[in-house]
Amino acid sequence: MRHDREGTTVGGVALRGISKRFGSTRVLDDLSLEIAADEFLVVLGPSGCGKSTLLRVIAGLESIDAGAIEIDGRRVEHLPPGERGVAMVFQGYALYPHMTVRQNIAFGLLNTAMPRDEIARRLAEVARMLELEALLERLPAELSGGQRQRVAIARAIVKHPKVFMFDEPLSNLDAALRARTRQEIASLHRRLGTAMIFVTHDQTEAMTLADRIVVMNRQRIEQIGSPLEIYRHPATIFVATFVGSPTMNILPATRNARGVALSDGTVVEADLPASVPARDLRVGVRPESLTVCPPGSGDTRAVVEFVEFLGDKTHVHLQLASGDRLVALDEATFAAREGDALGVRFDRAALHLFDAGGMACGRRL
Amino acid sequence: MTQARRDEARSGMLFVAPYLLVFAALLVYPLLSGMWLSLHKADLFGGSQFIASENYSRLFHDAVFLRSVRNTVWFVAMTVPVLTVAGLVLALALNDRSRRSALLRGLFFCSSVLSVTIVTLIWRMVLVPDGGLIADLLARMGLSPIAFLSDPRLALPAIALTTIWWCIGLPMMLFIAALQQVPRDLYEAAALDNAGWWRTLLRITLPAIRRTAIVVVVIETILQFQLFGQAQILTLGGPNNASLPIVLFIYQVGFQRWDIGYAAAASEILFCIILLAALTQYFAARNPRRA
Repeated sequence: MRHDREGTTVGGVALRGISKRFGSTRVLDDLSLEIAADEFLVVLGPSGCGKSTLLRVIAGLESIDAGAIEIDGRRVEHLPPGERGVAMVFQGYALYPHMTVRQNIAFGLLNTAMPRDEIARRLAEVARMLELEALLERLPAELSGGQRQRVAIARAIVKHPKVFMFDEPLSNLDAALRARTRQEIASLHRRLGTAMIFVTHDQTEAMTLADRIVVMNRQRIEQIGSPLEIYRHPATIFVATFVGSPTMNILPATRNARGVALSDGTVVEADLPASVPARDLRVGVRPESLTVCPPGSGDTRAVVEFVEFLGDKTHVHLQLASGDRLVALDEATFAAREGDALGVRFDRAALHLFDAGGMACGRRL
Repeated sequence: MTQARRDEARSGMLFVAPYLLVFAALLVYPLLSGMWLSLHKADLFGGSQFIASENYSRLFHDAVFLRSVRNTVWFVAMTVPVLTVAGLVLALALNDRSRRSALLRGLFFCSSVLSVTIVTLIWRMVLVPDGGLIADLLARMGLSPIAFLSDPRLALPAIALTTIWWCIGLPMMLFIAALQQVPRDLYEAAALDNAGWWRTLLRITLPAIRRTAIVVVVIETILQFQLFGQAQILTLGGPNNASLPIVLFIYQVGFQRWDIGYAAAASEILFCIILLAALTQYFAARNPRRA
């Protein structure tokens, strides 16, 4: 189902040079971003990176110190939250505790001049869509976590907003419910076709839901890209290590005539672009791009430190002769034990190079 | 009941026993002995005779007592709504983290820590027609002074004003504490739901602090029904009993006329009035969904 919004051009959200300070602390720093009208954008980052502030700034719950915000082609930074055409699902749902589900959903519509029969029609529509019909007369305290989540989503949908915003909406749900709700949100986005901005620190949510991911760190955008781009071509060491589990291995290295030399003397041959500096390099390699092999074979040798059997696969924690540590992904049948010496082979096509500042140089080798 | 459960109940009793003893000695016993005393014609210095309900039938025909009941009810009606509403308004105005609000909260609360003697002394200086603050202000405007404390129509409202000034701190603090418990994201959700200030107050804030409002009304009703010190010091119940509250009546009958059986009967009636008022408010305000 798509909402009809007569006379509006497809616009989405545009942020231009947004800055925000709390006292002397900078929480957003000259941030610019565009979100298409039907895009599912996930803002991913650790606690305190500014991702929730970004959402609150778009919603109008926080003012901005500099920059411009456009929603659906209209400047909104001076408008109160209710007039921006946005709806938000809060982390703790923020349902009005003394109102029934029906009143919770209808409250936002009753505050506008909308005719009663239109309110009733929309209420029936979202109640059917989110299977809330049997719960309409209940108070939030009488609902389970998953039901509250659905009410919070219904309260957002019923307003037919131009942008949906989700502030870590799955973090209060148990693992099974979280996976199901994730799928429901994805299917909701397909049905509504409205811009959605979803803030999370969970990379699984980001990878599975997003059309594009914005990775934030220290109040700045580190990288914007599709989930695969973010995973395959991380722009910084931060993105490389924040996305992916187990995390990407980072090894110190230097450039030499044949390619890259690791600190244990191993040379990974590669044709490097001129922009790659000679010293203070970091080589990044994902655990699945390392292959353990019999001693004496592969690119270098390592000693098994410990082994984690996960059933379908095995994490092998290794130490190189230089003392650097690596994690390799292997099959469930991995047989070596702690202390065993092994060979390690690097998948050359999947190596990443970063300079001393943590920026990717030359992307993958 | 199994032996283990009996042992558990016995050790539980041991834990509550100290409190129960104090409760029984200082509350239950005086309450019951007061009830028993109210059925006697008793003198403060000995001599007591059982007269059943005669004290009560005398009270219901005692014009002074009935006047004191009317006065007290009128006084409660003047003070409790103002204390509740003004307490809430102050709490809403001062519920932020600024220094100015912290200072003003302190100022509004500090009157509450004063003793009734100080409070009435201050207000006597404000209210007396001879050199009082209000009289001075009126004189500057060319108006004649008003004798608040000796005018039968104004004496009780003047005591009410004094009381509101004295007692406003507690309701304000209770409301501030309640307001700070309201999750901030409810207000943010309301802002996104296009609710203006007034609608947010009516539909979000007030329902959220409803229980505190009930507590404030019940506590203040109980407190203000026991008006005594202010009337005793400011007007002595006068002029012509126009500001005589029930407790002052009890005090005068019991400790000036030494008729403690009669005073005890008046106390029991006050007890019943307060109990009835508090229970009515409690049940009337109870949320039927959570009953």
